[in-house]
Amino acid sequence: MTSLSTPQAAPPTGDRAERIERIRQAAYRIRRNALDMGEVQGQGYIGQALGVADVLATVYTDQLRYRPEDPHWPDRDRFLLSIGHYAIALYAALAEAGTIPAEELETYGSDDSRLPMSAMASYTPGVEISGGSLGHGLPVATGMALGLRHQGNGARVYNLLSDGELDEGSTWEAALACAHHGLDNVTAIVDVNALQADGPTAGVLRTEPVTDKWRAFGWHALRVDGNDVAALVDALDELRAHRGSPSVLICDTRIGCGVPLLESREKAHFMRVEEHEWQLARDQLHEGTTR
Amino acid sequence: MTSTAPKKRLTTSAMIASFADPGQRTTSAPFGHALNRLAEQRPEIVGLSADLAKYTDMHVFRDAHPDRFFQMGMAEQSLLGTAAGLAEVGLVPFASTYSVFATRRAYDFLCLDIAEPNLNVNVVGALPGLTTGYGPSHQATEDLAILRGCPNLTIVDPCDSVDIEQAVPALADAPGPTYLRLLRGAVPTVLDEYDYRFELGKAAELRTGRDVVLISTGLMTMRALQAAARLEADSVDVAVLHVPTIKPLDTEAILRAARTDRLVVTLENHTVVGGLAESVASTLAFAGVGTRVVPIALPDEFLAAGALPTLHDRYGLSTDAVVARVRAELGGDAGRRPQASPHVAAAPADPAPATA
Repeated sequence: MTSLSTPQAAPPTGDRAERIERIRQAAYRIRRNALDMGEVQGQGYIGQALGVADVLATVYTDQLRYRPEDPHWPDRDRFLLSIGHYAIALYAALAEAGTIPAEELETYGSDDSRLPMSAMASYTPGVEISGGSLGHGLPVATGMALGLRHQGNGARVYNLLSDGELDEGSTWEAALACAHHGLDNVTAIVDVNALQADGPTAGVLRTEPVTDKWRAFGWHALRVDGNDVAALVDALDELRAHRGSPSVLICDTRIGCGVPLLESREKAHFMRVEEHEWQLARDQLHEGTTR
Repeated sequence: MTSTAPKKRLTTSAMIASFADPGQRTTSAPFGHALNRLAEQRPEIVGLSADLAKYTDMHVFRDAHPDRFFQMGMAEQSLLGTAAGLAEVGLVPFASTYSVFATRRAYDFLCLDIAEPNLNVNVVGALPGLTTGYGPSHQATEDLAILRGCPNLTIVDPCDSVDIEQAVPALADAPGPTYLRLLRGAVPTVLDEYDYRFELGKAAELRTGRDVVLISTGLMTMRALQAAARLEADSVDVAVLHVPTIKPLDTEAILRAARTDRLVVTLENHTVVGGLAESVASTLAFAGVGTRVVPIALPDEFLAAGALPTLHDRYGLSTDAVVARVRAELGGDAGRRPQASPHVAAAPADPAPATA
C-alpha cells in the first residue's frame, strides 16, 4: 500500500505482471478476511464478498489514490460502496489497504463495533457513505464529482453498485446527471452477480442488456469478467484515461468465487454456511491459490 | 334559491400565485437575493434545483452565479443525493424544489444521505402547506409531519421576506442540514414593523396581550398579527409568539407563553397532524402543563383545488377565519377565562375551521 499512499502518486505503478500478482495476493487476503468475518456471524453476505473480492482488490491495490492513515485526505479518490450489505467485503479490503486494523475485523457485526453489517460513514474508517438503502451511491457520487471538479480537485469518484441497484430509479437519475454534466471523473463499477434478494436478477426484474443501457445514457461502458484480474486491470486503466463522459465497468462476477463448496451451493442472497464448513472453505480458498 | 345573481366564482389561482393580500407591501424573490448576497461573501455556497429554479427563486442565484449552479433535471432523488455529495467535499449547497417533492418523493435521500451524516445541506421547499390552489399533488400539507421525526434536521417556517432574508445566512451557518419552507415570488414584508430579528431556534414575542396568546409559525404569523389587530378593536388583548424554527423548538418560550390563563391558540399553514399544534401540545404535556391548546391548522384530509383566498377561508387560515375562531373560543360564559371553558370547542361561527 505504501506506494499508493504517496500524495499525487499516479497509480497504477509497476509492471503489468507484477501488478496482477500483487492484486491476486490481495484478493486472496480479502477473501480470507471475509471468511473469518463470515464465521463470526455464522452466515451473511459471504457469497457476494467472495464474488467481488477481485474487483475490490484491483481498486484498492492498484487504482485508488488514498492515504490509509488519513482517510479524510481532501485529494483522495473517493470509493463509494452503495451496496451496504457488501460491507463485509469492503472491510476486508480496507484492512488490506491498512485503513482498518486487521485485528478489528473480528468485531464485524458485533455490538458496539465500528464495523456494522452495513457500513456507516459517520464512524467506520475509510467509508465514504452509509449503506443499507440501495440506489444512493451514484447520486452522492454525482455531487462529489461535481464538487471536486468545481474545486479544481483532480480526485476521482468510484461507485461500486450491484446489478440489483439498477432496479432503482435514482441510479438512472444520477446516470443522466453524470452524463449531462460530463463527469469524466466518475467511474461506476456494476457488480453483475445476477442475483437479488428474491432470486436471479433475470426473474426479479430484467436489467439486461446492461452495457447497452449505460451506453444509451451517455456513458463509456466496458464489460469484463469481474473475477479476471488481468481484465479488470486493463479495463480500469482504460476507463481512467477516458475523457469527456463518465465511465462504467460492468463486471460479471461469480457468487462464492474462490471457494468451490460455496460457488456450487444453491445461489442465495443471504448464504447459510454450517459451522464446520468455514475451515473447509478456508482450505479450499488456499488450495485454489496454490494450484 | 334566491333572486340575486350568483356570485362569480374565483378560478384556481396560478400554481405559484402570491398569497399576499391586495395592496400589501411585498419583496420580490427574497430567497434568491439573500442567497446572492451570501454567495458574495462565501465562495463555498452553491445552488441546485430539479427543473424548478425559476419557480423557487433560485433563478436569481443561477443568473448571478452560473458556475455555482447545478441543474439536476426533474429528478429529486438525484437532487438531494447530489447535494449531499457536494457537501461531502466541503461545499454548502442550497437545493430547491417544491416541498412535496423534497419530502414525499425524495425523503430517503434527505434522511440517509443528508441528515444521517449531518451534512450542511440546505433543502429549500417551495409551496409549503396550502400556498397553491393546484390540489394535493402540489400542496405540501404534511411536510412538517414527515420531517419533524428526522434526527439532526433543522426546520424553519418563515413568516415573510424579512424572515427569509435573515434565515438564509443563519441556515448556511448552521453546521447540519436544514429545511426551509420557502415563500417565493412577491413575498409579504411584515416583520420589519416589529422589533424583530430572526434567530435560529428562537421564538419571538411580536406583541403582548392579556387575553389570548397566538403561537404561530410561517405565514400564519402574518395572519395572527392581523387577527390580533382586529380583536384589539373589540378590546380583546392578544399576544403573538412567532415560532419560525419548528425544530429545534424553542420549548422555553412556548412554556413561558402557555403557563397562563390566557386562551392558547396555535396557528400553522400545515395539517393539524404532526406540525406546530402537536409540537406545542406535546411540549406542554411533557412539562406537566395542562393548558388546553386550540389548533388552527389545515384538516387531516386532501385539500381541494381552487383559488387561494377561497381555500384559506374554507380551511380556516384566512384572517377572518382566525378572528372568528378566537371569538368563538372566547364566547359564551367562559369570557376571558378559557381554562373554564369545556374541552369541546364552541361551534365556530363561519366557515368551519379545520380542527383535529
